[in-house]
Amino acid sequence: MIRFVLDGEVIEVADAAPTDTLLDHLRYRLRRTGTKEGCAEGDCGACTVVVGELDGDAVKWRAVNACILFLPMVDGKAVATVESLSRNGALHPVQRAIADGHGSQCGFCTPGFVMSLYGRSIGALGTEGTPVRDVIAGNLCRCTGYGPILAAGEANPPQPADDRETAAVLRSIAPLRSGPGWFAPRTSDELAALLLEHPDARIVAGATDVGLWVTKGLRDLGTTIFIGDIADLRGIDEDGDAVTIGAAVRYSEAKQALAALHRDLGELVRRIGGLQVRNAGTIGGNIANGSPIGDMPPALIALGAELVLRRGGERRAMPLERFFLAYGKQDRQPGEFVERVRIPRPRASTRIRIAKLSKRFDSDISAVCGAFAIRLEEGRVVEARVAFGGMAGIPARAPACEAALTGKPWCEATFAEAAAALAEDYRPLSDLRGSAAYRLTVAANLVRSLGLERENLFDV
Amino acid sequence: MSDAVGQPLRHDSAEGHVAGTARYVDDLPEPPGILHLAFGLAADGHARLTGLDLTEVRAAPGVVAVFTAADIPGENNVGPVVHDDRLFAEDEILYPGQPLFLVAATTHRAARIAARLAKVEAEPRPAFVTIADAAAAGMDFEPPQIMARGDAAAALAGAAHRLAGTLTMGGQEHFYLEGQAALAVPGEAGQIHVVSSTQHPSEVQHLIAVLLGVTSADVTVEVRRMGGGFGGKETQAAAYAAACALVAARTGRPAKIRADRDDDMAMTGKRHDFIADYDVGFDGDGRIEGIRIALAARCGATVDLSLAISDRAMFHADNCYYLPAVEIVSRRLKTHSVSNTAFRGFGGPQGMMAIERVMDAIAAHLGLDPLAVRQANLYGPGRDVTPYHMRVEDNVAPEIVAELVASADYAARSEAVAGFNARHRILKKGLALTPVKFGISFTTTHLNQAGALVLVYADGSIHLNHGGTEMGQGLMIKVAQVVADVFGVPVATVKVSATRTDKVPNTSATAASSGTDLNAMAARNAAETIKQRLDAFAATQADAPSWSFGELCRNAHLARISLAATGYYATPKIHYDRAAHRGRPFLYFAYGAALSEVAIDTLTGEHRVVAVDILHDVGRSLNPAVDLGQIEGGFIQGMGWLTTEELVFDERGRLLTHAPSTYKIPTAGDRPPRMAMRLWDRGENVEATIHRSKAVGEPPLMLAISVFSALTQAVAAAAPGKGLPKLDAPATPERILAAIAELRAR
Repeated sequence: MIRFVLDGEVIEVADAAPTDTLLDHLRYRLRRTGTKEGCAEGDCGACTVVVGELDGDAVKWRAVNACILFLPMVDGKAVATVESLSRNGALHPVQRAIADGHGSQCGFCTPGFVMSLYGRSIGALGTEGTPVRDVIAGNLCRCTGYGPILAAGEANPPQPADDRETAAVLRSIAPLRSGPGWFAPRTSDELAALLLEHPDARIVAGATDVGLWVTKGLRDLGTTIFIGDIADLRGIDEDGDAVTIGAAVRYSEAKQALAALHRDLGELVRRIGGLQVRNAGTIGGNIANGSPIGDMPPALIALGAELVLRRGGERRAMPLERFFLAYGKQDRQPGEFVERVRIPRPRASTRIRIAKLSKRFDSDISAVCGAFAIRLEEGRVVEARVAFGGMAGIPARAPACEAALTGKPWCEATFAEAAAALAEDYRPLSDLRGSAAYRLTVAANLVRSLGLERENLFDV
Repeated sequence: MSDAVGQPLRHDSAEGHVAGTARYVDDLPEPPGILHLAFGLAADGHARLTGLDLTEVRAAPGVVAVFTAADIPGENNVGPVVHDDRLFAEDEILYPGQPLFLVAATTHRAARIAARLAKVEAEPRPAFVTIADAAAAGMDFEPPQIMARGDAAAALAGAAHRLAGTLTMGGQEHFYLEGQAALAVPGEAGQIHVVSSTQHPSEVQHLIAVLLGVTSADVTVEVRRMGGGFGGKETQAAAYAAACALVAARTGRPAKIRADRDDDMAMTGKRHDFIADYDVGFDGDGRIEGIRIALAARCGATVDLSLAISDRAMFHADNCYYLPAVEIVSRRLKTHSVSNTAFRGFGGPQGMMAIERVMDAIAAHLGLDPLAVRQANLYGPGRDVTPYHMRVEDNVAPEIVAELVASADYAARSEAVAGFNARHRILKKGLALTPVKFGISFTTTHLNQAGALVLVYADGSIHLNHGGTEMGQGLMIKVAQVVADVFGVPVATVKVSATRTDKVPNTSATAASSGTDLNAMAARNAAETIKQRLDAFAATQADAPSWSFGELCRNAHLARISLAATGYYATPKIHYDRAAHRGRPFLYFAYGAALSEVAIDTLTGEHRVVAVDILHDVGRSLNPAVDLGQIEGGFIQGMGWLTTEELVFDERGRLLTHAPSTYKIPTAGDRPPRMAMRLWDRGENVEATIHRSKAVGEPPLMLAISVFSALTQAVAAAAPGKGLPKLDAPATPERILAAIAELRAR
């Protein structure tokens, strides 16, 4: 059984399978059909709901895609849907603004936009200081061109929300932490023990990738361990030397700390998925799933990040790049899990550039993602760390390029030479995101651009 | 009189949309015993189907029944014009994603899982996937069509300047947010009720009747609203509705289908990709003297609407420009890929892209400002006959262009862009102003008719029904405004209802931007019939001046006056001789113009649209808010087509970009930071359309050609003096970078 709070009422689901989605439950069991399925993969936002959990006396909310959120992931939490907003018969100001401002045409995406903007209006995760266009970048509309929806967002600034009622009900139910075929441990020690017992169990953090194995691949995940509520994997430790991020920290939670490491890193995080994806997906998951184009690894590799894995009571650390062995293969043993990633603070003498290239600026997967951390002493490169995603079966460093840079002065000619060296480092593939030739060309151009005065398209 | 017409009223379902209470097919309560359906799809492309073993499918948990072509009582066809669209493949698999069979199960997931368990035996055949493949193989659906006026060959030979070139344009996925969906409920005596997310309920009705071997009167099709259509539910909804009807008819149980997004994208047609070749002769001012344009369309595996779409591409290969001697040749090519279909603009955008590329080519060749070349070529007095021999009688393009040039300050903007380009090494800007002239009417003349049913109840409330369907475009509110105006009552008095084939028969698709033009006229005619009866009755009643509308209706009813009427409308003046490609296919034209400013990064190929100014003619607007919504939405959709939206097929015709993770429509962040849109305040239809308004659904999409043209200019600025870049659409970073490299290498 799982339990969650919906509009102040405790909903009990006796027969939840670990991979039943919140969206299907809302639509087909509770007949709350306001929340829509547009893609069932977390890319359109039509299914946006907000999920809340106790944070001291308050409730911390976040907008998420219900289509790839498994029911056990809301066990012990609160959920609000578009229907929640006008329960008393009056439209919420966000709803009013969209309706009156001609922000709906076909109306199918509208509940998702309502919930994203509602999330902003209650200060939900990731919305603070975030422009409206970024708050709704994970919501697709095919009719309006977005203008009226943006205006509705601007017209509804964040207001303090009164969550006392929800908090009280949340306190009255304890998470159940396990059910048939699934576990949701609360500590990493419990997780370590569970994984020794079930070494083949599927580990799920935010389900932004694994969710698709179920909705698109129609797979049965077998025993599933949800790690999203493991408190000691959700910490961000910042000290003078490094930022250490637990495996279950969501992108939105880590964004500030990462942006503080370097502006480009914050910008990269901003462009990963839509806000709903960043509110669910974790950096640990992005690493552990070993995607060849996973957007964080190239940046973290360039920054010299170290990965800590744990099996039972044993831990081992490795440079992040060594975790990726080959396409689809990572250096993780049965029963082992990614515990945290440690990112050293760049030295003042290190210049950093991270660039993600994709067909669409927001909420797209990169064709090529390049990251550079280049340390200078007296105008010469003393250490170059260059890493790319999308150029090989795994995120990988560029040794020839790095060698071509090392010892050279920071100038246009140096980077032109280093750019040419990339051809030795990578044999990229052609796929739907770009041809091999384009990938090589544009990767080389990214290297070249380091030697040129920076002109940013988004400053225009 | 009511003041309903011309007011910026919000969408009639706006509150339902935001509250989540507006219901779409999949939101309806499920009737007891409902079966959930999923198609089994061909994984590979063109092949001879030699065996289909469905044993495992039938044995899968939750499966109640499985259907193949052999289970169809009538005709195995869901094709609208030529009956070549099988509901299920029989002997030949034509494209990847083609339905082979249908699973009915107790849950949606069970049906989907079972649908993947078939053992398909097929002998692969060569797949012709690209336009070049199909053209070389001579896979034409009909002989090349030729539209001509004057002696193009002589004009080309005699012209002072002559240029030839090619432009390739990709297709476009509709990406309606609500995927294809239908629900069928069996009735008594073999009757069936189908709720379908379709733009064309009458066609769905007719196809189901023939497929089931019953009459049209046995089948009722209903649609309250679609979660977006854009042409993608004009013919493409039929297979889903037919599947439900087949299962309901064969099992006696209700049946529902909702396509998973990936299946939807693999199974349904898209905008046609085109290749346009041109050979143009012109004078020193850039004025065209003679031109040949060859258009080749990738139609996909079946005919669908491709012939009419290709016709419309020819009709718009002039756009706003007079072509003194012209020959347009169009090939309609069969490929072994999903059958392409209607999409907002219906071939018009591709034809228009061709001639706009010609304008840019001429300007680059002569070193002129492209705007000057465009203006020199606009239709005008004595230069006002189209390639299909229709006189342009309502040409306002020169005025609109001139007004936009002034209001957006083209000269200063152009200078600023040049300055920017001089100051920047990596970033380059481009600016372009392009006009639009879009022909309004179905080019298949008989489709230009509509019916309506208006019911006035004795309490004075009004029930409005017509043949048009609501897909978000605001049709229902506009027609309600027109009807409210007839009766002089508040718009809220007029209740909008679902479109049903048992209320208004034999309707045309809600398509070709014609929804309001046709249905508002029909509804007005119905309303006027009732209004005249009421007026005549009131004239005999001494107390009538003191009655409310409700009291009038009550008394009229007591006096045995009929308060129901049908209305009908057929577009006047139009005719077309398709064999000769001559006539007047359009009642009138809609016009507009857009100025787009873009920036590109010459190292990465990334681009950004930084500013857009639009002036658009909707005649006398019935609802300015709805019209502006269509303009903005159409523009952004067109921008997506030409920039981020790239369909990638493999060599077997499989679509690789079959989900929003890989197919990228614009997001809010892609909306240009400056978007200044205005309705042309002098707009008024010279034809007697409904309140002198003009259609608005499709034309604004083509305003986005200005973005593509501006990108072309920005690429040109990366290598000044090298001429016209070979930029193809969509202008992805890869294509922009390749165009820069090619230009610099010249």
